[in-house]
Amino acid sequence: MVDFSLWDILRNLLLAARWTVALSLTAFVGGGLVGLALLIVRIAGVKGARQGVALYVQLFQGTPLLMQLFLAYFGLALLGADVPAWVAAALALTLYTSAYLTEIWRGCVEAIPRGQWEASSSLALALGEQLRHVILPQALRLAVPPTVGFAVQVVKGTALASVIGFIELTKAGTMITNATFRPFTVYACVAMMYFALCFPLSAWSRSLERSLRRVR
Amino acid sequence: MSAEAIVRIENLRKRFGANEVLRGIDLQVKRGEVIAIIGKSGSGKSTLLRCINGLETFDEGALGVDGQALRHGDAAAMRALRQRVGMVFQSFNLFPHLSVGRNIMLAPSLVKKRNAAEAQAQAKRLLSRVGLAEKFEAFPDQLSGGQQQRVAIARALAMEPAVLLCDEITSALDPELVGEVLRVVESLADEGMTLLMVTHEMNFARKVADRVVFMHAGRIHEIGPPEALFAAPQTPELRQFLSALHG
Repeated sequence: MVDFSLWDILRNLLLAARWTVALSLTAFVGGGLVGLALLIVRIAGVKGARQGVALYVQLFQGTPLLMQLFLAYFGLALLGADVPAWVAAALALTLYTSAYLTEIWRGCVEAIPRGQWEASSSLALALGEQLRHVILPQALRLAVPPTVGFAVQVVKGTALASVIGFIELTKAGTMITNATFRPFTVYACVAMMYFALCFPLSAWSRSLERSLRRVR
Repeated sequence: MSAEAIVRIENLRKRFGANEVLRGIDLQVKRGEVIAIIGKSGSGKSTLLRCINGLETFDEGALGVDGQALRHGDAAAMRALRQRVGMVFQSFNLFPHLSVGRNIMLAPSLVKKRNAAEAQAQAKRLLSRVGLAEKFEAFPDQLSGGQQQRVAIARALAMEPAVLLCDEITSALDPELVGEVLRVVESLADEGMTLLMVTHEMNFARKVADRVVFMHAGRIHEIGPPEALFAAPQTPELRQFLSALHG
């Protein structure tokens, strides 16, 4: 029987953690872009966009992320697309993230006083100009803390991708446990690594919140 | 119906649900004329003002400014009309994330494609005109209410509007700051700017306005030169409104 040192465990977990980071970044960047697009079609009052986006948001907020991952993985396979676990996980997490971010950001845009819209309208600014120069810069300031806060949820959400066989931090932890029979040590290391990823984000979110309150 | 009318409002009607807030407004404003709109709250005076630059839609009637008809849903027409109509609000509505100078330069740069040097020179000119030449780099939250409102006036003037709408622009100010804003408005009137203002400052209306419009229950109840309206009100509603102010 092979003997695993603590360093072996950590090294393998760290290698797998790269995939957790990669999946988180993909989901966050992709979800951010899709979320922004949904936000803009909703603000622009495109016909049916408001109800459509609301339904989309409800769908992703009202079902477990785990089911979304299953549906992306097995559903796409059913449609004949032979997708690797990595693609299915990235897709499901991107859609999930976009639904939450578009809703968070909509709240931030709605928090901007109506007078800002009216003043910029009365100065003959077009919708795009209003958004770019007046509304979004102010909404952005409100959006940073909850957005960074949600990033933490995404990092932890990637753990669920382990169930469709994608080898990220949690899946690697399970595999190493099966080889070492030291579940407590392994999962403690896994938890510490998630903490190491999430804690800086939370701390950053808190400090942003404080500094944004002070600065104009 | 003079040809020189710069604002033409014909049979304007507006409903909020079952509540008809404007019940057929006809008003022609000549170039350079100063109109004060008075009346109780809920009489429709702010709604009327906000219809003129399309912040409110209306259900019936026609409205035009400087030959440009107001057509809701036509973005190009609205943009053209709004370049002719400036507006100053009760709550200032300066852009808090931009410096005073940038507040003024934003719309001319974007809409009139003015280059940065030109826009900056114009902003400085306008700021000194409202007595705030040294505040170019300041941010709105560093200014008093009166100063913010003067910046808002400068911002509206930067678009070189043909008509300026003022919606209770001194109502949110401390009493000691009202004078500095009214002096700016008065100087605009003296220079021939066409002004429509909803106001509670009766002395100011009396002094500066060419005509006073008294609104009541969604209609223009009385209209005429301030001397006539204030000295000899014709209707019991106006008499009651004026006596309530002095009471």
